[in-house]
Amino acid sequence: MQELIKAKAVELLENGVCDRVLGWKAGEFFYDVTPAVFRSREEIEKDFVFGPFCGANMSKYLIAESRKEGKIAAFLKPCDTYSFQQLQKEHRIRRENVYAVGVQCEGMCDIDAMKAAGIKGILGADGDGGTLTVHTLYGDKSVERKTVLAERCKCCKSKKLLGCDEIIGGQGEELESNRFAQVEKLEAMTPDERFAFWRGELSRCIRCNACRNVCPACSCEKCVFDNPASGVENKAAANSFEENLFHVIRAFHVAGRCTDCGECSRVCPQHIPLHLLNRKFIKDINELYGDYQAGADMDTRPPLVNFQTDDPEPSVVHERGSEQ
Amino acid sequence: MQKIGVFVCWCGSNIAATVDVQAVSDALAKEPGVVFSTNYQYMCSQAGQDMIQDTIKEYGLTGVVVCSCSPRMHEATFRKTCEKAGLNPYMVEIANIREQCSWIHKDKETGTEKAIILGRAAIAKVHLNAPLTAGQSPVTKRALVIGGGIAGIQTALDIAEAGFPVDIVETKPTIGGKMTQIDKTFPTLDCAACILTPKMVDAAQNENINILSYSEVESVKGFVGNFTVTIRRKARYVDETKCTGCGLCTEKCPQKKVPNEFNLGLDNRRAIYIPFAQAVPKVATIDPNYCTMLKTGKCGVCSKVCTAGAIDYKQQDELIEREYGAIVAATGFNPISMDKFDEFAYSQSPDVVTSLEFERLMNAAGPTGGTLLRPSDGTHPHTLVFVQCVGSRCDGGEKGKPYCSKICCMYTAKHAMLTREKYPDTDVYVFYIDVRTPGKNFDEFYRRAVEEYGVHYIKGMVGKVVPENGKLKVQASDLLGGQQLHIDADMVVLAAAIEPDKSARPLATMLTASMDTNDFFTEAHPKLRPVESPTAGVFLSGACQGPKDIPDTVAQAGAAAAKVIGLLSKDQLTCNPCVANSNELMCNGCSACEKVCPYGAITYIDKDFRGPNRTTLRRRVAQVNPAVCQGCGACTVACPSGAMDLKGFSNAQIMAEVDAICK
Amino acid sequence: MQVNQEFKPTIVAFCCNWCSYAGADLSGTNRLQYPANVKIIRIPCSCRLNPMFILRAFQRGADGVILCGCHPGDCHYTTGNYYARRRMTLLFSMLDFLGIERERTRVEWVSAAEGAKFAATMNEFVETVTKLGENKRLEDLRCKS
Repeated sequence: MQELIKAKAVELLENGVCDRVLGWKAGEFFYDVTPAVFRSREEIEKDFVFGPFCGANMSKYLIAESRKEGKIAAFLKPCDTYSFQQLQKEHRIRRENVYAVGVQCEGMCDIDAMKAAGIKGILGADGDGGTLTVHTLYGDKSVERKTVLAERCKCCKSKKLLGCDEIIGGQGEELESNRFAQVEKLEAMTPDERFAFWRGELSRCIRCNACRNVCPACSCEKCVFDNPASGVENKAAANSFEENLFHVIRAFHVAGRCTDCGECSRVCPQHIPLHLLNRKFIKDINELYGDYQAGADMDTRPPLVNFQTDDPEPSVVHERGSEQ
Repeated sequence: MQKIGVFVCWCGSNIAATVDVQAVSDALAKEPGVVFSTNYQYMCSQAGQDMIQDTIKEYGLTGVVVCSCSPRMHEATFRKTCEKAGLNPYMVEIANIREQCSWIHKDKETGTEKAIILGRAAIAKVHLNAPLTAGQSPVTKRALVIGGGIAGIQTALDIAEAGFPVDIVETKPTIGGKMTQIDKTFPTLDCAACILTPKMVDAAQNENINILSYSEVESVKGFVGNFTVTIRRKARYVDETKCTGCGLCTEKCPQKKVPNEFNLGLDNRRAIYIPFAQAVPKVATIDPNYCTMLKTGKCGVCSKVCTAGAIDYKQQDELIEREYGAIVAATGFNPISMDKFDEFAYSQSPDVVTSLEFERLMNAAGPTGGTLLRPSDGTHPHTLVFVQCVGSRCDGGEKGKPYCSKICCMYTAKHAMLTREKYPDTDVYVFYIDVRTPGKNFDEFYRRAVEEYGVHYIKGMVGKVVPENGKLKVQASDLLGGQQLHIDADMVVLAAAIEPDKSARPLATMLTASMDTNDFFTEAHPKLRPVESPTAGVFLSGACQGPKDIPDTVAQAGAAAAKVIGLLSKDQLTCNPCVANSNELMCNGCSACEKVCPYGAITYIDKDFRGPNRTTLRRRVAQVNPAVCQGCGACTVACPSGAMDLKGFSNAQIMAEVDAICK
Repeated sequence: MQVNQEFKPTIVAFCCNWCSYAGADLSGTNRLQYPANVKIIRIPCSCRLNPMFILRAFQRGADGVILCGCHPGDCHYTTGNYYARRRMTLLFSMLDFLGIERERTRVEWVSAAEGAKFAATMNEFVETVTKLGENKRLEDLRCKS
């Protein structure tokens, strides 16, 4: 897969389809992969990687990149393509300046899951199928991919590549996933238990803003939390209120636009399951206003800028709660 | 820092009885920025207003807080007062200490405490107020009426009578609309043509009215008072200025097999045609789908016979652009297609007709010359079955429409009555769910049909119509009699539901006028503004707003005209200055605000911004048209970056109020 | 227990200018009483209510926040309250999800003619919030003097 993608990247550059390529660049460690822009065959051959740690959602970078001169080729995983389409829907990406190559994905791995499985000193990994061969300082180890998948990939919603100019690795299907299971579990708790759960999680927030910075939906020209005029500006969460405020407002601002790519939780250095907040909104939207997947199409109205005259009343929140 | 004056009103004893006004003015005097604080018996009195004005001048106040009755009562009064003293009227805030304080509390201590808090909130808000100026925009004194049916004609005539020029855009070759196809009108049974055609002629002859027939609206730009509309004048291949309407071409044209839409396809017309004798403008039109000359280049008969030299096979569509101050939608209705109602055998037998087709079969200018004959064999029908509510009041709405089409009960009674009157040898059955006759002389009319004309009204629906041996076997239930009925009918007439014309939806998009789920235009307020669309400067006339009979349509047409005249009689429009505005530096251009704007006030432009390292970045940013924005604030919450804010009710102002209240 | 130690919650009521603010005025005109804890902020339309205002109120010490607007279908701006309804439903559900007492937030549609409903709603809401006690889960101690 990596070789196919690299060859495609070189081909697109040398055929003049694009003048730069957005892809994943090897870091200091094998699992430490960062998004990067490549401009030559040499750069690609040296640093371009695609493997089980290329989790970064590439779509966000296209906002800035597509505004530059020339055309950029971007490699997008299925979940990236949902964000890619959502951002086009919001007029953030100039489609004409992007050559989108969809790459099929078998799920990205979680380094902590690897470590938990006793795999350390990772140097590389092979294998496109269900079994991964991991090269380590201590020799090769074989591991079942599904046991070391990132949480978000275990309940992958779709392998469909949307709106690409070409596809590598074949088109996929939407999947039946149980991605709301955790949200349901929390919903079943008492408010006191939920409060305790979220205080336990959110109180660890160090306001590094990684969730915001990585989120494709959080791509405002100026974030309200950086804006002194917004009334909610704060750079560091001073107390529990501000921890709540930041995450509630952030989730609300992306509600109906969040494609559930799970990047927020991936990058959180404190391992706060932030995606659960977004999923709660998605689940509510699906249940109250009909199924909606942000980014799945280019023309439906997002649920928060839409309405039905017979939408449920806000008291539905109380009623649903009292059933438990 | 603002210099704020606080004026606490006693309102006689209305406030003073439960609020210690002295304590309030004393407490508020200590608030930051307050340079003057007093109380007075009646702030709204001349003496009270004079005091405010004098204080503004003496202390150089930059903001005023009046603690008094509801702003809904006297906000405008105090704004005017301050404006006269040279203070911007939007630097005034009212703390409602009467309706929302003194009148609901009995305990003076509680009332006083609350009044102080409400006063503080108003002061906190005034600190953030900015002077606002109501903008002015000019009004183009010409109206556009889209649709030339009775609704459009009446609206245009009324506007023209008031002295304003009006253009009527009609997509058909002639104005007149559905009413031209109707034979007689309920409940008076006068002939439709006799009352309509004089109005059509009036419209044609009125100097202020310009009829653009065979034309369509292509695009609409602008806003109230300043619309720019592009109109497509479709090529009719006949020079309107030369054609005399003699009709010779329509007799000589060799292409005779064109379904005549005026008679709903019950007979044929030629490829060059004048829809009917009283058409306005009375000008021939070539149907390019059937004309041999246009299709193959061989024929040219019409051109040869035309003595006026009006035929022009090379004519092209023409786009014209015009400015208007107001637009009236009068796009009317159509009966729904009967495709989904095969149980009534509409597609299987020509003797099953819709009510509008029945109108043509009864009309002296219709395909049968006004004699009621079966379309299948031209014989005289003896048994007629009328089916009501075909596609109206359908639950679920998949097959038909959820609403009542309103006119069918009355026209069916009319048809039944006319049939029995002209042909006393006929048996006429009407199947109904309910008979709805709310209207002047409507119920009397229906009862005459039953009592004097012996029409058999049966409560129940027709289940099935089966054509068999030249008859139509009708199976129906009689709910009151509790039995199944089998009737051998000669003709079946379906009261098809009516729906808005298909052109209404794209037009609504162009006008940014909203529509309901059935594609009827929505009114600005269902009770209080029934002929205005929520989009300023766009008005509604006739059945495009909801099913209507002729009297209702004409009444609404006149009402819409009155609203247009009211608008066009102004030279300038004063805009509400409390409108949204977008901070371009923060705008993402994501279109969320545009989607929730009910008025189409938000548009986007690509704008260059300075980027780092002397680069230029082109970004899409929102722009609010202050003449169109009504200041609801929906956009401000839809905007994730907070680029969109509302003047007079800004984020900062509301938060300051929140803070003052919660402190 | 002494009377002056009784808990008096702070309630912020956001009212749309056209229906609910007029409804509140009407309850005053009719001298219908409701507790002084309720302080009304006038906004042009229920759709002007930004979730940030609600959180701000809780931060500054409000114990309950209620939004009143025109009945669905009667919005002065035609559609504003429909958007407000979705936003508030989702926001309230999220607050509930975080374990914030769901009874502290509420939306009620009050027309200009429903003075009695306005007063009754406020009485009921104040009673509910009083029972809940102080807002502890969304407070900001720095804002409490």
